[in-house]
Amino acid sequence: MLLDAHLILAGFRSYATYRAATIAGLFTNIVFGFLRGAILLAAIRQAGDIGGYSTTDALAYVWLTQGLIAVIAIWNWNELALRIESGDIATDLTRPIDPQRYWLARDFGRAAYALCIRGIGPVAVGFVLFDVTVPPDVWQWMSFVVSVALAVWISFGLRFIVNLAPIWLRDWRGALIVSNVLATLMSGFLMPIAWFPHWARVVMHALPWAGTTQAPIDVFLGKASGPSGIATIGLQAAWGFALFVCGRFALIAGTRKLVVHGG
Amino acid sequence: MNVVETHGLTKNFVVYERNGLIRRTREVRTAVADVSFSVAAGEMVGYVGPNGAGKSTTVKILTGILVPDAGTCSVAGFVPHKRRLELARRIGVVFGQRSNLWWDLPLIESFDLLRHLYRVDHQKHQANLDECVERLALEDVLKTPVRQLSLGQRMRGELTAALLHGPTVLFLDEPTIGLDVVSKAAVRDFLADLNRDRNTTVLLTTHDLDDIERLCKRLLIIDHGTVIYDGGLNELRDEYEPYRTLVVDLVTSGSPLAIDGAETVKVDGPRQWLRFHRDRYSASELINRVGEVAEIRDLTIEEPDIESVVAKIYTRQT
Repeated sequence: MLLDAHLILAGFRSYATYRAATIAGLFTNIVFGFLRGAILLAAIRQAGDIGGYSTTDALAYVWLTQGLIAVIAIWNWNELALRIESGDIATDLTRPIDPQRYWLARDFGRAAYALCIRGIGPVAVGFVLFDVTVPPDVWQWMSFVVSVALAVWISFGLRFIVNLAPIWLRDWRGALIVSNVLATLMSGFLMPIAWFPHWARVVMHALPWAGTTQAPIDVFLGKASGPSGIATIGLQAAWGFALFVCGRFALIAGTRKLVVHGG
Repeated sequence: MNVVETHGLTKNFVVYERNGLIRRTREVRTAVADVSFSVAAGEMVGYVGPNGAGKSTTVKILTGILVPDAGTCSVAGFVPHKRRLELARRIGVVFGQRSNLWWDLPLIESFDLLRHLYRVDHQKHQANLDECVERLALEDVLKTPVRQLSLGQRMRGELTAALLHGPTVLFLDEPTIGLDVVSKAAVRDFLADLNRDRNTTVLLTTHDLDDIERLCKRLLIIDHGTVIYDGGLNELRDEYEPYRTLVVDLVTSGSPLAIDGAETVKVDGPRQWLRFHRDRYSASELINRVGEVAEIRDLTIEEPDIESVVAKIYTRQT
């Protein structure tokens, strides 16, 4: 555990080096928060509550998802894929640590740093400027924190598998694009899953992407509370574990097939 | 006792080549074929070969990164690909073209993280670190992020990173690539001291034969995936380049010297180059012979440099 704590800290510090990128990302997340908020409000004002989302729910949803972007990092993370492609993975494999454990700890460090600025920043702006739904009690807040941590775990599980693609595919960037599209559509980021038709909702809630975005939002807004809250968090934990196991098998298969060219 | 042992080690890679829009052909290329050698504890062995010969592939198999298709190997008592994590604690690896350090972190933080990764006792870590920092003159750059280090500084950092846990075997894959003469000398001196003082076994892969000449008594040459020479440096010279050259500056210019058993290959004013077989003459004998027919002002003996010997071997193979 001590080792994991050090790796998390190292991940945090590595990402903390890029301050200008953090500020630029924060600014972008806030600007898009205003845009998305305006679009969702316009829709709700036209159609009334959609899928059980009031105006204050919709605004909380927008600013929370804007804050979650960098924390869960469901798009474009390709650090591991690049190391496999360049062959730098060779040095990771000479260390006395399981690569999956190493990258997970590092990712929690990355997420912790993202939370401090790009996570809290947009949420603070949105929550100060607008009237938004806020959890009524400390349990709901705590459930939300657990749900966000599980969201990072699920997101890592998905990204880890996609990032192993270069072991088998020369054109792994295609796999990354597919992964980005799925994450956008299925996570509940594009619009709340509750706004989709019934059949789509059932499918989307059951898949892991919902666990990265929609699940923490539902817990925060109280749309998943009591038994349904436990079920939501339980499903997140189940997906986190299942993806971790899948990642492990992929890694075992991959290291047997690994090719490291040059040097 | 042998620290590294391989028997019939073979590794193939599958390469697909596109023929037209969709069709592609599958080709199996052998990177390492039937490689067998052993390295005794405390030995420092040079492992050389042209690009694509299979050197790095061998090192990657020996460090557990790649799984061999055939043959067996053991390093520090472990089968590398089966016990990679345990083996990692016993070996140090430096890939000259890759980094073991954390790009975004100051050097000292990388070292600290490695201490936790390798679970090294704090005192032992500090003692190893102090020694490396002093010998490799790293004091001034410990707080500098790795991405801001010069290549020479980084390579000294890489060596330190590979040694902090006190490995019994060190695999160095082109550790002096791209370094200036001063940095190269510093790295070579350090490695020589390390081998002498700690009895660390070293397998040194390099294209820089000066590294080998200064550090290794034994040389393994690999080409097309096969070990084609395994022996001492002097024996290599004897076997592949048995000729030496005596360069004499005579007091007066004259016609080429005619000495039985030696060939005058070049004349430049009073200076003449005589090529002779090392089994036919000792240098002093030939000097005496020359002294009998001409007055010598100065002389030097040129040994064939190892680079030209190895180049000859590579060329013969192709």
